[in-house]
Amino acid sequence: MRPSRTARTGWNILGLLLFAVMIFPVFWMISTAFKPDQDVNSFTPTWIPTHPTIKHFADAIHRPYFWTDVENSLIVVGVTVGFSIVLAFLAAVALAKYRFTGRKIFIVLMIGVQMLPAVGLVIPLYVVLARYHLVNALTGVIVTYLTFALPFSVWTLRGFIVGIPKDLEEAAMVDGSTRLGAFVRILLPLMGPGLVATSVFAFITSWNEYVFARVLLNDQAKQTVTVWLSYFLGTSRQTDWGALMAASTLTAIPVVVFFLLVQRRIAFGLTAGAVKA
Amino acid sequence: MGIAAGTTTPTWSRRRLTWRRAAGGAVPYGLVLPVVAVLAAVLGYPIYKLVRLSFQHYGLFELIRHSGESVGLHNYGSVLHDPVFWHTLLRTVIFTVVNVALTMGIGTLIALLLVRVSTWVRILVTAGLVLVWSMPQVVAVQVWQWMTNSQNGVLNYVLTELHVGNYFQHDWYTTTFSELALVTTLIVWGALPFVAITMYAALAQVPSDLVEAASVDGARGWRVFLDVTLPIVRPVLLILTSLSILWDFGVFTQPFLLIGQGHIYPSNYLMGVYLFEEGYVQSDFGRGAAISILMLLVVAALSVVYVRRMVRIGDVE
Repeated sequence: MRPSRTARTGWNILGLLLFAVMIFPVFWMISTAFKPDQDVNSFTPTWIPTHPTIKHFADAIHRPYFWTDVENSLIVVGVTVGFSIVLAFLAAVALAKYRFTGRKIFIVLMIGVQMLPAVGLVIPLYVVLARYHLVNALTGVIVTYLTFALPFSVWTLRGFIVGIPKDLEEAAMVDGSTRLGAFVRILLPLMGPGLVATSVFAFITSWNEYVFARVLLNDQAKQTVTVWLSYFLGTSRQTDWGALMAASTLTAIPVVVFFLLVQRRIAFGLTAGAVKA
Repeated sequence: MGIAAGTTTPTWSRRRLTWRRAAGGAVPYGLVLPVVAVLAAVLGYPIYKLVRLSFQHYGLFELIRHSGESVGLHNYGSVLHDPVFWHTLLRTVIFTVVNVALTMGIGTLIALLLVRVSTWVRILVTAGLVLVWSMPQVVAVQVWQWMTNSQNGVLNYVLTELHVGNYFQHDWYTTTFSELALVTTLIVWGALPFVAITMYAALAQVPSDLVEAASVDGARGWRVFLDVTLPIVRPVLLILTSLSILWDFGVFTQPFLLIGQGHIYPSNYLMGVYLFEEGYVQSDFGRGAAISILMLLVVAALSVVYVRRMVRIGDVE
């Protein structure tokens, strides 16, 4: 039974309305970032910047510590992702290719740990890291980021390995390759997209992280961009909304670009197996 | 289709058993060892420490000295006798129920809408949803603050123009209800894309001939949905709901940043904020640890459904 043409038009209009409402905050952020001050501060909103300016972006990046904190974020994220992916890949191979005693407990751990709310771990992590003088140091933040990046990467990579047809590997073994040979020549190249997608997703989660960074990094020169952005408003009474929206746009850009690239590959990792395609 | 989702589940072949024997039993343990070792250090030890802290008096002085003073169950007693704890728990439960209901309800409606629109509209809406999905939480909070500021926020302007009432320079950050309502809009907006897109993928799996057969038999739209569609998408619905419950119960960043440092009071605490304020901000780490453990116990109980389901999936493959 196909819906009638009028019904279809009605649904389409509803869909476009939904699109407009959902997208509005993002649109408003970008639109504000390009508007001159008098448009931003006016009581009657200007919907589209008729005299676009990049002044707010210049203001935002010249704020103290912007570049330092971007650099900090990149270091933290880079080390976290690199470390997680290598270790997680090994564990994911074990999960996907072997049955062993304790495997089930390991799976429960990997999934269960991801369910813990970050804020519930703030106090012990702070106390332990203070003990080893890792508060206010990027190393301390990296350590806390491993608590979520590792289990996530193990679980996601496992899904990718399971998705590779077993016959390919077995065919190589029949042809006389050793298991390691089959692994390096067949499995590894096929894992490329999975490794990239998982890395990118771990990148996004770490880049966006706020609680741990907020608690562990007090020194402005040591903070990450999310913390920098959260302090942007500061205590001044006259808020520079234009610059804040420009800064928000800049913080979001790397995430949005990466997310659009890998979303289709990872989206269902969390519900893996529940949606059969 | 996600790769992780799109895999069939091969049964355990005999071939693999011989394989495993050939490789020796130690290999898988060697492979998981690094992850286990790192997690034991960065997570296992802190959790052990958390339990110990919750039985100690541990403030700034003890933090410098690196050792606490045992106080038995005092911290738990103090928390469980604190009316703020119970009020916060109740507020968080209500908040969670409202947020999950709105997220799942609207998310499912969007998914149903996506099935019915023309292809170009579906592509457009999905692109919009993915864009929203990708917005970092801290960024979204800043945008919300700008849209709802009392001076010239666009929300007040639109509400006034639509004749909902006179919202000129209305301050949303004065009552717990309106503050948490704003936090709810922020959270639901951010969570809708994941729910809607996943639900749409599940709905797309429902065989159209089943729906058509039911319609031919005279079943109305609502009954078709309840009797044919719902049973098929129930597993996905279940997983999405459990995830939403867990996320919303443990939420911190959005209420903490949107309500803002100057406006956070015990009267608008959610569980995460309560724990942060009373444990970390006041440097009462022992008491904070007790609150953390109580909170983690609730979360663990809530996550049983989800974890069991996922383990079954991981175990089969």
